[in-house]
Amino acid sequence: MKKNPFAKRHIIETCMKVIMLASLILVTGTLGLILWTIIKNGIPAMSWEMLTQVPKGGFYMGKEGGILNAIIGSLYLAGGGTVLALVCSLPIALYLKAYLGESKWGSYVRLALDVLWGIPTIVYGAFGFAIMVSLGLRASLLAGIIVLALIELPIMTRAMDEVISRMPLEVEQAALAVGSTRLEVALRVVTRQMLPGIITAVLLAFGRGIGDAASVLFTAGYTDRIVTSLFRPTASLPLAVFFQLGSPFPEVRARGYAAAFILTVIVLIVSFGARLLSSRLGKYTIK
Amino acid sequence: MMQQKPSDPLSQGSRQTQAFLQTRNRRDRTARKAFFGITLIPVFLIIVITCLLVIRAWPILSSQPLADLLLGEVWKPTNEQFGFLPFILGTLWVTLVGVILAVPACLLVAIYLAEYARRSTRTIAKPVLDLLAAIPSVVYGVWGLLVIVPFVDDILGPFFHRWLGFVPVFSVTQPTGFGIFAGGIVLAVMIAPLIIAVTFEVLSTVPDELRQASLSLGATRWQTISKVVLPRVLPGIIAAVVLGASRALGETMAVLMVVGNVPSIPTSIFDTAYPLAALIANNFGEMMSIPLYDAALLSAALLLLVIIMVFNILSTFVLQRILGKARI
Amino acid sequence: MEPHIQVKDLNAFYGKQHVLKNINIEIPRNKITVIMGPSGCGKSTLLKTFNRFFELTEYTRLTGNVLIDGQDIYNRDVDVTEVRKVVGLLAQRPAVLPMSIFDNVAYGMNIHNMKKDRNKTREAVQHYLEIAGLWEEVHTRLHDPATGLSIGQQQRLCLARGLAVEPEIILGDEPTSALDPISSQNIEKRLIELKKDYTIVIVTHTLRQAKRLADHVIYMYLGEVAETNSAPEIFTNPKHERTKQYLDGIF
Repeated sequence: MKKNPFAKRHIIETCMKVIMLASLILVTGTLGLILWTIIKNGIPAMSWEMLTQVPKGGFYMGKEGGILNAIIGSLYLAGGGTVLALVCSLPIALYLKAYLGESKWGSYVRLALDVLWGIPTIVYGAFGFAIMVSLGLRASLLAGIIVLALIELPIMTRAMDEVISRMPLEVEQAALAVGSTRLEVALRVVTRQMLPGIITAVLLAFGRGIGDAASVLFTAGYTDRIVTSLFRPTASLPLAVFFQLGSPFPEVRARGYAAAFILTVIVLIVSFGARLLSSRLGKYTIK
Repeated sequence: MMQQKPSDPLSQGSRQTQAFLQTRNRRDRTARKAFFGITLIPVFLIIVITCLLVIRAWPILSSQPLADLLLGEVWKPTNEQFGFLPFILGTLWVTLVGVILAVPACLLVAIYLAEYARRSTRTIAKPVLDLLAAIPSVVYGVWGLLVIVPFVDDILGPFFHRWLGFVPVFSVTQPTGFGIFAGGIVLAVMIAPLIIAVTFEVLSTVPDELRQASLSLGATRWQTISKVVLPRVLPGIIAAVVLGASRALGETMAVLMVVGNVPSIPTSIFDTAYPLAALIANNFGEMMSIPLYDAALLSAALLLLVIIMVFNILSTFVLQRILGKARI
Repeated sequence: MEPHIQVKDLNAFYGKQHVLKNINIEIPRNKITVIMGPSGCGKSTLLKTFNRFFELTEYTRLTGNVLIDGQDIYNRDVDVTEVRKVVGLLAQRPAVLPMSIFDNVAYGMNIHNMKKDRNKTREAVQHYLEIAGLWEEVHTRLHDPATGLSIGQQQRLCLARGLAVEPEIILGDEPTSALDPISSQNIEKRLIELKKDYTIVIVTHTLRQAKRLADHVIYMYLGEVAETNSAPEIFTNPKHERTKQYLDGIF
């Protein structure tokens, strides 16, 4: 009565399992393929000069130099943008937790953040450009930092909100029970308990910011020099990739691959770092 | 308040505590107001961005009827001809191809992770998806250039031409691998992590008891999924797909690098195209030199903004109801 | 008469935790067997080995045999969905499927392709709703969503749904603990009527319910079967120390 038949429903079940596994392998394999492509083309182009020099004369025709200008520029841009975004994100996230919780205004703010999150970076870039034109400003590091901050704000806030809303209720209630104001709970207890999560959110936003090209395309400009002032244009790694990939000279294209490689490595480190940090850090947190 | 002698140590302490309590409450109230101001920023930003784009795009929006702009086929800025149709269609074609390629595989992966996979499989899958989501757009573009474009050129093009070339949508008319198909493939990979993650979240809201009720009657896992689980979360899955589509609409750099950037109306997935986002990105340099060009490009940005916002808000509403809170 | 279920040297593990130890019991045919014991003694776990629900949890392991009509249901050649068709489960909290009342009852029949046409299905749905004592209350609104029923009605719906796949054995995992007293009584009445056609195994933590329903009792303690006997024997003359203590209300 209970044999192993080749009934239709079992065949369907087996087929679906096979297709599902194949899809999973496809997705994982694609990641591997992408990383492999970047490594295979990037490493041959890497050299000490690439990392430590700025483009010298004739760079764009295949002569000497490196992409230090882009590396430093990206770090300035994403660093500044992340700090600026953090200044706004953390208060918003804490306020959402402390006072808004399930309130109506809270859900509007969250909806607004979701909408901001979905706006493509090219629109942010165009917006930044429109402001610059209206004010008569030229492309500069500062403009790039501000636009990146705008882009990172919703990413960071959402990630923080996610983490903070998972905070164990007992910790918060314990603090309130001894008479803290909500502000004190937010500033002293939440930040310490959720510190790993907050740092992860910051790193996540930094990773997205440093890789974005469409936003800095209009606003930060490009230059061959290492930027020294907030009001001058700066190079960036995504644009270094973009501009050099279109060159007819294979040596220049190779430098684009190197820039892509460096960018990917930075993003990978930030990603893994965020993951590791969030599990290691947390001396004061209660599991 | 109790009356006590001023020299009483207890009363001194309690007065100090009371004073301190008042300060703390004052701080709390001040902070409350200040913080509240900060939460106005997101809404404020949306309004400012939309308004500024409208203002800067106004010269062109007011000069011609909207239908002419949206349906016009000719794009010659020097002639003051701004027909957006090729770009709108370009965007739609690439997005459609991307979504069609991504959705089946993504749904299957999400269903597998939510319904079949063991915890060990999920712990491996999560970093893979996170990494795919973190890879920058230009890096996807490099990969598209080096791998996908030759793939379309050498393998997919000839294959489709030989077996399906009679279907106009699949006809191969230009000799490069650049085009909508390449752009769609790259887009599909880029939006996959998002669709998978949201679908997985949505599937996780179905209580286990429901699955067990079906299994206890002797149903197979797939029967349970197809008859009980999926119908219940169908709106959520649609919302996930819409979210993925809205992400694909706005994706700029990777698509730009592989799609060909020729402003013609596409008739086949092997044609080149020129999506709106690529239009904006490619021409910012000339924006200021040709009259009305900046207004035109900014109105393209405005168009993208409006469409994406609508998609986003709709799917967020659906998802907030299903997931019960703001999602990841 | 041959016992319907035979358990031989059954040991079950959740990871490293040994939750069922050397179980050797028999479940008699067409009787109500009640599995009793203090919380955590493994009664639900034992029940779940009868319809192979135990393996749905990750990191579980099982050794030994569970035989139904002499066939080991854990044999590799056995189709687990067939096992679950023969052994039905009435869960603690009624989990109605997100469909109409009619479709809920018809669900099992559709999955197993049991009825040739819609008329036979409709007859069967009516038949099982009558047996479950629900027909009178719902026959005017068969296509309304099942979620609109009260919890007592939902549990009866689950009973009808389970009976519709024509099982031989009905398992009940504390089937009335989520219900009000009147609905509980209703379900108990149904089970007593059903035992002439089905073998019924119930887990309960209410001593009174056990006394009302049981023909046969299995008393468990800390993962082992402490004592098993016919109901009158156990309730009047318990042999084990633990059984005596439980019956006296110490736990």
